[in-house]
Amino acid sequence: MAVTSKEIQEYPGTSQAVETEATRNRKIYLPRVDIFETSDAIVLIADMPGVDENSVTITLERNVLTLTGSPAIEHLKGYEIALAEYDVGDYQRSFSLSDEIDGEKIDAVVKNGVLRLTLPKAEPAKARKINVKAA
Amino acid sequence: MFWPAFREMRRIGNPWLEMERLHREMDRLFSGASLPFAQNFPALNLWTSENDAIVTAELPGIDADGLEISVLDDTLALSGSRTPEELKEGESYHRQERGHGRFTRTITLPFKVNADKVEAVYERGILRITLPRAEEDKPKKIKVKSE
Repeated sequence: MAVTSKEIQEYPGTSQAVETEATRNRKIYLPRVDIFETSDAIVLIADMPGVDENSVTITLERNVLTLTGSPAIEHLKGYEIALAEYDVGDYQRSFSLSDEIDGEKIDAVVKNGVLRLTLPKAEPAKARKINVKAA
Repeated sequence: MFWPAFREMRRIGNPWLEMERLHREMDRLFSGASLPFAQNFPALNLWTSENDAIVTAELPGIDADGLEISVLDDTLALSGSRTPEELKEGESYHRQERGHGRFTRTITLPFKVNADKVEAVYERGILRITLPRAEEDKPKKIKVKSE
């Protein structure tokens, strides 16, 4: 995977284990993400099946963006599990942002279990075209 | 009882499930930058009761209209696709971990299903299919007479 910019990096320490522990004893999964950069924003898309707008939290603290999701665990009464290929748990992942992100204008939408975050670049960070004059 | 209750074990964590998850994760790591869905995608959970079965699958960001579900006797087939985000010129990926493409999955259920009464709901990225057991397949209770 070619990393073309260092504006978003995974926050060190979170890919292996979560630094702070949740009070609930649930498994924590890293949601898979796509991150791409447009001319005026960085877009982060995370797969968080089972999560809706009420069960996802996004925090930005000192340039660390943390996504947390807690899908409801279903207990099907009167049913026995016959095949279990996946387990349900919380989602958590953190990224460190550069100063070039405008933290005030982050936009987040959840649809069909997919979280889409638009992180607008702060004004000075936007690309400027520099004209090269011939000498 | 000597055997630990299986339900308790499940709560503690199924080691096979954990292995399976690890396997998937390894597949993902070695499969390169752009990821078509793996053979065993999506992962399914199957719940059964006396009268029906429920199959759930985690399918985030799928167009529900494009999902195809078919049932024949005791076989459930599921297929659909997810389109990757189309980037405009000048836009570039920093990371691309989410899978995309077409997927097909077929499983055998523990009993025959009444195909007319199968219901599927897609909500919050989770597909849930309820499959009622076929009448003719239900076990018949035999009364024991005492004389």
